Amino acid sequence: MEKITCNFTVNGKAEEVSLNPNRTLLHMLREDLLFHGVREGCSHGECGSCNVILDGKLVNACLILAVEADGMEILTVEGMAEGEDLHPIQQAFVDESGMQCGACTTGMILSTKNLLDANPDPSREEIKDALAGNFCRCTGYAKIFESVEAAAETMKGRYEKGSVA
Amino acid sequence: MSDQPAKIGDNWPNLIGKRLPRVDAVEKVNGDAKYAGDFNMAGQLWMKILRSPYPHAKIISIDASKALALPGVKEVVTGKDFNGWSWGWGPTTRDETPLADEKVRYFAEAVAAVAAEDEETAEEACALIDVVYEELPGIFDAEEAMKDGAPQVHDYVDNNISWDFHMDYGDVEEGFAEADLVREDRFETGRTLTGFLEPPAAVAQYDTSGITIHAAKQSPYFIYRQLASCFKLPLSKVRVIQPYVGGGFGGTKNDSTAGDFCAVMLAKKTKRPVKFVYNMEEVLTTCRRRHNMIVDCKMGMKKDGTITAVQTKVIADGGAFTAIGPLTMYLTGIMTTLPYKLKHYKHDAYRIFTNHPVSAAMRGHGVTHTRFAAEIQMEKMADELGIDPVEVRMINAIEAPHETINGITVDTCGLKEGLEIVSSSSAWKDKDQNKKDGPVVRGVGISGTSHLGGARQRGHQSCAAIVRLCEDGTVNYLTGASDAGQGSDTVLVQLVAEELGLTMEDVSIQRVDTAVTPVDNGSYGSRVTILAGQAAQKAAQEVKRQLAEAAAKIWQVEADKILFNDRTVFVDGDPDKSMPFKKLTQIACYSETGAVIMGKGYSEYGLEKMDFEKGYGNPGVNYSFTSQLSAVDVDIETGMVSAKDFLIAHDCGRPLHPVNVEAQTQGAASQGLGQALYEHFQMRNGHTMNSTMVNYMMPLSTEHPDFELHDIITDDPHGPFGAKEASEGSIISTPPSIVSAIHDATGIWFTKLPVTPEKIVLALKEKKEREAALQKENE
Repeated sequence: MEKITCNFTVNGKAEEVSLNPNRTLLHMLREDLLFHGVREGCSHGECGSCNVILDGKLVNACLILAVEADGMEILTVEGMAEGEDLHPIQQAFVDESGMQCGACTTGMILSTKNLLDANPDPSREEIKDALAGNFCRCTGYAKIFESVEAAAETMKGRYEKGSVA
Repeated sequence: MSDQPAKIGDNWPNLIGKRLPRVDAVEKVNGDAKYAGDFNMAGQLWMKILRSPYPHAKIISIDASKALALPGVKEVVTGKDFNGWSWGWGPTTRDETPLADEKVRYFAEAVAAVAAEDEETAEEACALIDVVYEELPGIFDAEEAMKDGAPQVHDYVDNNISWDFHMDYGDVEEGFAEADLVREDRFETGRTLTGFLEPPAAVAQYDTSGITIHAAKQSPYFIYRQLASCFKLPLSKVRVIQPYVGGGFGGTKNDSTAGDFCAVMLAKKTKRPVKFVYNMEEVLTTCRRRHNMIVDCKMGMKKDGTITAVQTKVIADGGAFTAIGPLTMYLTGIMTTLPYKLKHYKHDAYRIFTNHPVSAAMRGHGVTHTRFAAEIQMEKMADELGIDPVEVRMINAIEAPHETINGITVDTCGLKEGLEIVSSSSAWKDKDQNKKDGPVVRGVGISGTSHLGGARQRGHQSCAAIVRLCEDGTVNYLTGASDAGQGSDTVLVQLVAEELGLTMEDVSIQRVDTAVTPVDNGSYGSRVTILAGQAAQKAAQEVKRQLAEAAAKIWQVEADKILFNDRTVFVDGDPDKSMPFKKLTQIACYSETGAVIMGKGYSEYGLEKMDFEKGYGNPGVNYSFTSQLSAVDVDIETGMVSAKDFLIAHDCGRPLHPVNVEAQTQGAASQGLGQALYEHFQMRNGHTMNSTMVNYMMPLSTEHPDFELHDIITDDPHGPFGAKEASEGSIISTPPSIVSAIHDATGIWFTKLPVTPEKIVLALKEKKEREAALQKENE
């Protein structure tokens, strides 16, 4: 298979990767660039553990070929913290214990970012709907919903100032 | 609480019972947490497994020459490479080989494994291995498999009976004779997926120092022993390193997989590290599942609701190998004598080999099946006798102290209190007003169940801990216990920090590395907090004792006057004599020729004898009690059931980390919800038809009810700070309460799990036809 050279901006940093055309965005991020916060679960687009934000849109990285993302901007969970400070969504998941094993957590966090970017003050039902593509076997979701609500609360000011990362 | 004076040896808690963050939270939200599949070693090869296309077939020949000729392929292993070595539960049941040798016994059983430079090449090579099979007739139904003449899965047993287990206490015939009503019903429970999101994965290395394997295990010391046996190495040369674990729930991650053995064998042959990660389809078709069971339940009841006798017969589909199955059979019986008073009990359990994937442990191991049957049957009979579901439970509920007819001793029991909590809720009291007139009908049901904590089994049972004091006053804590996500690392750190008067940040927990950490049986049967927790406490107390001696010398007082609290050490009643914990550590470590301060501790709970064959004695250290109310909406046109509210009153003794206890109760109830309503492997001739997460449905965010949780504090004498089980109770209480709620909504008792929309629609149709016929007759 002839390799193709692609360029990505991952978490604000330019990356050039030579890859097989059949390589998924998930495997490119995990195996070539070693972003292990992008997790592999079902590989069928059902579980959301490989969620990343691609040019501002939440995607399942397992369903996209890396070549399709050529020239695009990718945000993984590794790019969310601001220096040593966790992103308020990450902090909310810490404070509310919105995780157990952690396999779904990074995807949940990106899914939450995607929700709050569009709807800074979601209802419990809107949270449930927004996270319907993120499977969690451990928590029964209750503490995840509470984490999202806590994140929305702490980020209120940030949205009002229009300064959300 | 914290204004109370701390005393040496006094367990007055400063951290226990507090809503603290998890110790692993930051790594899990920023992507730093490393799981087995995240490890890469220099020069590593990738492994893929070739799996059987038949559920039952003889292997005539395997030719790997074409695969070996493919550029990039380094090695292929087959069953012959393991020289007949096999593993399993006990000496007489070690019937599973790493790769199928003479025949395959289930669809997708591992047949060969390839190591290649990359994953794609390994996969391509698998397709080039030429295996000639001779297909054999398969057996896919446990009851059929018991009949004479049925295809035999193994030659070493008759009638495919993998294991049988029997209990006979009191005299059931006498009990049934005393009863005013005797019922016999057949119940069925589903074959379900444990459902962890991180598939089995490992990176294996083999060199002159032995085996090193980073593997996704919730019980790493199982594979440690199995690898030593398989590769004929001393245990001291088997190093299992357990990274973060992405969920376990029993079964697969307690055990070894074909992948583990093959990766080590390929590493040995190629002298290079070998990595594999199962894909989710391999998980759904080959990993350990919950046994699906037929439970024939017979119960006697007096007019006032008193249960006089219970007799159960279990037929469990064990799949192709024994695995941990005998323990499952034991648990189906041993726990039926709780949580209701019972004078006469007889139990016969049969685990049956079939050409299905292997059945093994899953959260609520063995107990979920028989408790579901007995709960529903009890309520059905109460219904016939005109007794309220709460009343029948209150009449029969045990009270502590209690000893069951099979020698289980219960020192604390919050069942009645729990039942009072759920039944005094408005959801219960107003259930008839809230019913609604179709097509969506509200139903409310309850349950009252029990589970063991600190599981005991034959063989190694104890936990140990090592607490190493660093000279700057921080602590390294070594445990053999594994956190598969349940939060045990947090609770164990809490216990160490509590004992030493330190903060959570002062204590670092080191995850399992069998070359360093003390041997431990791992995470199952809600044993970690109780047993590893006690070991942690004792190890920390030993460090405290050594420090107290140093402090006693400085201040010229008795060592028992030295107190530890809030990172400070002081003399009881003499506040002028105090210093920071760090300073005392430095004095103790640096004075004279210097000291190295370490403490070790062992668990001591649950050491008394038990009789595994007869089901007599304690299967656990102590017992939790769970009372649950479930409110569901049933759409009587489509059969769709939607869970609305779960009210759970759980007696875990004392919640040491209340957030984790809540989370465990919610998570276990979530799995119980799936088990009650939709989770079940659809099998056809040995093939798993729903082999992806697209069509094996597990509860999603949108399907979850609101939780209301109540802790019942009973402070059990046999757990650290009074703790009992907190991880499994609600997976047992959820299915019967949901089925009871569906009955409340539809008037139909469903006895086969899962209660799918299809079953509900068909049953409602039959009910309607029956009622119409009856009406016609009456006319």
